[in-house]
Amino acid sequence: MIAVRDLVKNYGNFCAVNHVSFTVPEGKIFGFLGPNGAGKTTTIKMLTTVLDPTHGSIRINGHDPTREQKQVRRSFGIVFQDPSLDDELTAYENMDLHGILYGVPRSERVKRIDLLLDFVGLGERKKDFVKTYSGGMKRRLEVARALLHNPRILFLDEPTIGLDPQTRNHIWSYIQQLSREEGVTVFFTTHYMDEADRVSDEVAVIDRGKIVAQGTPSELKEKTKCATLEDAFIALTGHAIREEEATATDRMRMMGRVWRGSGRR
Amino acid sequence: MKPIYILCARQLKRYVRSPARIIGSLGQPILFLVALGFGFGSMFARAGGGSYLNFLAPGIISMAILFNAVFSGIEIVWDRQFGFLKETLVAPVSRLQIVLGRSLGGAIVAMAQGAVVFVICLAFGFRLHSSLLVPAAIVFMFLIALLFTSIGTAIGSVLQDMQGFPLIMNFLVMPLFFFSSALFPIEGLPRVLKAAVGLNPLTYGVDGLRGSLSGAFAFGITTDLVVLSVLTAILLAIGSYFFSKIQL
Repeated sequence: MIAVRDLVKNYGNFCAVNHVSFTVPEGKIFGFLGPNGAGKTTTIKMLTTVLDPTHGSIRINGHDPTREQKQVRRSFGIVFQDPSLDDELTAYENMDLHGILYGVPRSERVKRIDLLLDFVGLGERKKDFVKTYSGGMKRRLEVARALLHNPRILFLDEPTIGLDPQTRNHIWSYIQQLSREEGVTVFFTTHYMDEADRVSDEVAVIDRGKIVAQGTPSELKEKTKCATLEDAFIALTGHAIREEEATATDRMRMMGRVWRGSGRR
Repeated sequence: MKPIYILCARQLKRYVRSPARIIGSLGQPILFLVALGFGFGSMFARAGGGSYLNFLAPGIISMAILFNAVFSGIEIVWDRQFGFLKETLVAPVSRLQIVLGRSLGGAIVAMAQGAVVFVICLAFGFRLHSSLLVPAAIVFMFLIALLFTSIGTAIGSVLQDMQGFPLIMNFLVMPLFFFSSALFPIEGLPRVLKAAVGLNPLTYGVDGLRGSLSGAFAFGITTDLVVLSVLTAILLAIGSYFFSKIQL
């Protein structure tokens, strides 16, 4: 369902993604793990058509994200690492806009929006502006939105950040069910190794742009002779804490917060 | 068509829901209208120009449209920073549809601001020459709005953050306003200035609007309409091109 061969992304002299290859079969849950700045989000950007690779080939549902963007975009739903909602719209309006962009017919749209909002526990507050939502509620809304158009593939970039264990389990059990029963393919990143261990059929560990290990969670634990995936992860990537430069986005958020309190105009 | 409509509607909703922005962006036009309109009024009349307020009002309406339109376009930077842009860029709709929806929405918002300023002008004593040309005035307002939203879109697509915003205000938007025919007539200007004013797209917008509202065209309605339409089409294409090149 997802096939990546020899993928490279250079920014000037800096190599963010360095000859990465992997495949994810249909209906599998694939954990993409790595320290901060390892190249996870850059890889997701290339898989989801918003960033052109320097080199290498990608197939999403049989299509090339650099040329057949529409087919690729139709086949996936995504929860981004950063917020991507319109705070000045209500939860329902955010969902409705998404449904229209993805061409979900009206009758189905109305039904699925209510169903999904109820599922993530936001049914009662669907008419409230997103700017009044807490971080966790926004996250839940983004998960619901990603599922609205019945995607064949789900990209989840640190989807459970800021969620309590109850919500995390609730959402993961639903996603596992989707993968099992409807064959939805899931590609996700996370820093919670217990979570990755529990839900992934297979994981890849990426560090400094390169995949350093790949296999089922138990294979990785065996290979590194560690009891937990977290220990295996540290054995593979070392103890050094990574530095990441603040992006323009971070700086702007900061400014937005200073200007108007909520970080959004 | 539906994606264009919903993205346009989004801009309108955001506009209607932020009264602070509506009122905030009226401050400048009112200031100009009062300070210049009444300040220079008697001098203008003594020089044989007639009512300066009647001359100035279309210029101030154009100014309100110009500022709001450029700002609407540049809003892309905010959407990029606060994430909503990503949501539209991964959706299975063409970039052209996205940019058309956004631009249309931005243009209508800018026009609405222009309409509010028009009402304020009436309150300050502006008199319509004839109501016959009001439809033409609406067309001119729309063209001005769409043209400058497109410029804003082009700029917003290449800017990474708002750091460059004051630069654009001071070196693009303000000169566009001052070196148009918004504040003074073109006849009798020094040659260099006259050429600059003649090259400024806003000049044709102001002239079209002034002709339609106050009854005196400097170039004629056809010239204004043709120049403005052609430039709008070109800039909309340029804005769309830059928008289609956005990478995250």
